[in-house]
Amino acid sequence: MDIPYTTKPREDTGLYNAKLGIWLFLASEVMLFGALFSAYVLLRVGAGEGTWSHHLLNVPLGTLNTLVLISSSVTVVLAWAALQVGNFAKYRMLQGITILCAMIFVAIKSIEYHDKFTHYQILKKDGTYVDGHMVERTQEHVILDGFEAKELIEINQPVPGHHHEHTHITVPVSEIQKIGNYGPAHNTYTAIYFTLTGLHALHVIGGAFVIFYIWGPGAKMWKTDPERYINRVEISGLFWHFVDLVWIFLFPILYLL
Amino acid sequence: MSGHTHEEVNQHVKKYLFVFFSLIAGTIITVGASYIHFSNFKLTVALALFIALIKAFLVAAYFMHLISEKKMIYSILASTVFFFGGLMYLTIWSMEPASYPVGTVHIK
Repeated sequence: MDIPYTTKPREDTGLYNAKLGIWLFLASEVMLFGALFSAYVLLRVGAGEGTWSHHLLNVPLGTLNTLVLISSSVTVVLAWAALQVGNFAKYRMLQGITILCAMIFVAIKSIEYHDKFTHYQILKKDGTYVDGHMVERTQEHVILDGFEAKELIEINQPVPGHHHEHTHITVPVSEIQKIGNYGPAHNTYTAIYFTLTGLHALHVIGGAFVIFYIWGPGAKMWKTDPERYINRVEISGLFWHFVDLVWIFLFPILYLL
Repeated sequence: MSGHTHEEVNQHVKKYLFVFFSLIAGTIITVGASYIHFSNFKLTVALALFIALIKAFLVAAYFMHLISEKKMIYSILASTVFFFGGLMYLTIWSMEPASYPVGTVHIK
């Protein structure tokens, strides 16, 4: 006995099962990301004077990632429209672009994360800071390509228009009080940045896998049950649009404000 | 859209492309607006969120077809909006000094 309403909509709701299911799931995802956005607001407003990091992220890269995700969102819906008129080849091409965009997004995110993991901050025993990217680290010294600062606020909240001159700075290990990279443990800003974008990236990867499966190995269903196949493409597309929606809010909040 | 004609699908495709270009424009405007320094930071936040909300509406309404969805979906989303709105309201309310009981010593 087949499960009813996998393609035929229920008479009372007008929906097939998966459509109702995905919207219920997306509603729960709104609360998941909503809780993290709420945490961001509390952390940001509660941050001590001069401790919240500004201009830490690469705005051009973030903008590029936004454009990549928007493009993937339109290809996902155009792919579904192509299936509606029976054009499987066009669907294949457009959904292929969606998957490619997903890979580009994750690749750019990886580059951004790598930049953070190779960016170090040293607190010297005299209370001053050295901030920059790692050049060399030995048992005797650490060399950073960056600048020196007397106070943390010079690093976290640089004066607009003022650019620190970058040079190779050698710090003997004996002068180092504390050293760490700009990973999640660096400060509150990086903690919430990695949490928000990390969870979002996991959703991008998960969504891309599902779309890839339906596009690739799962495409056999187009021959056996085309209406159910179109519904699968629609449902995975809805999840993808949600992932795009989250980024539409993440980008200005983390990169621009 | 199941069972729609080629002509109907073509009309939808035109909407999708319009939304796509609107989203691109919205992104460029958002980045451009971030370089405007308002005297009050709250204005900057309000502008950024306003543009993000318009973009989100376009994605939800047209890409996700919410503009022509069934009542059941609207009911689910209405409760989502209620709880999300409540979450953000409680967040902002908890930051207000007035939320402390009278006589509380606020240690900085």
